[in-house]
Amino acid sequence: MGFKNYILVCGGTGCESSRSDQIYHALIDEAAAQGVAEQVQVIKTGCFGFCEQGPIVKILPEDSFYVQVKPEDAKELIAEHVIKGREVTRLLYNKVPHKAYEEVEDIQFYQKQQRIVLRNCGSIDPENIDEYIAAGGYKALEKVLFDLTPDDVINELKTAGLRGRGGAGFPTWMKWNFTKQEKDPVKYVVCNADEGDPGAYMDRSTLEGDPHAVLEAMTICGHTVGAHQGFIYIRAEYPLAIHRLEVAMKQAREYGLLGKDILGSGFDYDIEIRLGAGAFVCGEETALLQSIEGHRGMPKPRPPFPASKGLWGKPTVINNVETWANIAQIITNGGEWFASIGTPDSHGTKVFALTGKICNSGLVEVPMGTTLREIVYDIGGGIAHGKKFKAVQTGGPSGGVITEENLDTPIDFGGLQRIGSMMGSGGMIVMDEDDCIVDVAKFYLNFTVDESCGKCAPCRIGGKSLYNILEKITQGKGEENDIKQIEQIAHAMKIGSLCALGQTAPNPVLSTLHYFPEEYKAHIVDKKCPSGKCKKLISYEINPNKCIGCTACARKCPVGAISGEVKKPHKINGNVCIKCGVCKDTCKFSAIEIH
Amino acid sequence: MAKLSLSDLREIRSREEKNLKKRDIHGREIHVVVAMGTSGINAGAKLTLNTIADDVEKLGLDNVIITQTGSAAPNPEPVVEVYSSKTGLVVYGSVDKDAAHRIVSEHLKEGRILEDLRIEMQDKEQ
Repeated sequence: MGFKNYILVCGGTGCESSRSDQIYHALIDEAAAQGVAEQVQVIKTGCFGFCEQGPIVKILPEDSFYVQVKPEDAKELIAEHVIKGREVTRLLYNKVPHKAYEEVEDIQFYQKQQRIVLRNCGSIDPENIDEYIAAGGYKALEKVLFDLTPDDVINELKTAGLRGRGGAGFPTWMKWNFTKQEKDPVKYVVCNADEGDPGAYMDRSTLEGDPHAVLEAMTICGHTVGAHQGFIYIRAEYPLAIHRLEVAMKQAREYGLLGKDILGSGFDYDIEIRLGAGAFVCGEETALLQSIEGHRGMPKPRPPFPASKGLWGKPTVINNVETWANIAQIITNGGEWFASIGTPDSHGTKVFALTGKICNSGLVEVPMGTTLREIVYDIGGGIAHGKKFKAVQTGGPSGGVITEENLDTPIDFGGLQRIGSMMGSGGMIVMDEDDCIVDVAKFYLNFTVDESCGKCAPCRIGGKSLYNILEKITQGKGEENDIKQIEQIAHAMKIGSLCALGQTAPNPVLSTLHYFPEEYKAHIVDKKCPSGKCKKLISYEINPNKCIGCTACARKCPVGAISGEVKKPHKINGNVCIKCGVCKDTCKFSAIEIH
Repeated sequence: MAKLSLSDLREIRSREEKNLKKRDIHGREIHVVVAMGTSGINAGAKLTLNTIADDVEKLGLDNVIITQTGSAAPNPEPVVEVYSSKTGLVVYGSVDKDAAHRIVSEHLKEGRILEDLRIEMQDKEQ
């Protein structure tokens, strides 16, 4: 026995791509080589969330938070920390060893977070069912199978006020109740793990870090609504999440937590995985169900809703990964506990994937009602490289931008809608002064045009037309009438499209137009791009008063567009210049200006 | 036929919970720190550390957390620091196996300071 160090190594996709798997094995090998294998338990966990600083290694019980660790550091971590009890200061996040008997204060990134969905991510080994059970796992299932009636479960969810985390925020208890009331003997339960928003990765991380939480919740749902088969629809581009799910399902079957007569209750239930090819539209529930059935993933008109006629025409409950990850906690701790977190409009927490021009990129889970300012500045650490904040895009290609004036709006389903954005799945992309707002809108439209399934005309033709107008504007060929046309097409798409993809595709354009009309005007009327992003609208020029003729830019220019004699001001030939910006980055005297 | 019964599952949980709890380090009342630098290890700090850890586990003292730290030289090693809000910071020197047993059973369990082992901490050599 004796004293033991626990080394937690992040095994999320982000850290694994930075060789955390090698770190894991190196630590085990080093511990053996240095004769302390007995004293060390190395555990590969799910995502810690602080992806900016990955790969992350945490050593307990000292609670040392090591960041940007490399496999080569394993030797020193074992020799110094494990054997001699000395923290390896250079790898610590805050670079200061803490007083031995003082508790480590949470680093700022974690201070305002509250983890319900991600509670096990970064603390247990997702490939070991015993650790999940030890952390209170499958307690909710026990309760549901032996102590509660299906109506009790529905009522608990109703008290909790859980709303769907996939984006639309529909009350979960209602979905379950609709399916429960159907008389059909065959019903299905589906997990939507087709996370398609650019920049969002909370579902992937949840499945990678805590797969049993989803399996347990789907089993609870099956028992409640009277289904015996579940499906997890997940995109093939998430290989690690699929692997962890497969391991989890195998272990659950071995324990009889999936399969026939679960825990001797007489209830049979099993789950299968269905791989998607990564089409954005398959995140839409009716298209997703089509895809599971083996058809091309295209939406169907609703009603009928999946709750009454879903998979193979049978009543089907379909929820998103993050919604599932809340269920067992609600059953274990009670609906009232859940309802006490968040705002009156939206209970519980929400996970956001914070990316873009932000200091601390990562996954953050905060109570509903937290303001964007707290997320961007307190948790996210503010804008990278000291630039100025411009906007945050939430809700991915279906959402909109939030600007400085709305930074203090409490974030919940209603709050975001009121300021013209939406929750979506929780992607949060931060933009700074260098980002052109028209270009951003064009980027999202390009995405939705690409991902439109083409079934209905408003989305197929409307999206493309909108994109063409934006393209024209960024090329400097915009006309006064364009804005009006954008509004008309957007309106037609909103009311005429078959599914949410087309209905929400114009949102990024409309919301940027609403908050940054002057920037559109600058492009259309003045033919200028204020942030210097649209290449057709800018020219690089050298300020002769600042240029000292060092020739650095001329040497770096990839197309030889810069000429001039040594120690005399240089000139850029606008006909040759490709506007790559290398000269501006090279110049030490700020002599290169964008006009 | 079911593979696990309800009681089997609960048995797994209570067995594994103990292991997982060791990783939950927050909110413990008593903090024990053993100095494990080269000089400490040379003086037998490893045995001291393991003795304390084993005894704490045997007695089921869930409110105690044990961590390591670097060298405590020039103090008489092995050096063990015990901190709790009740007794404040108490430093023990020359803690051999027997002394380690006593620290656990008397100070950690009963809250009685062992005056005969107590030392005044000298500033660490850096």
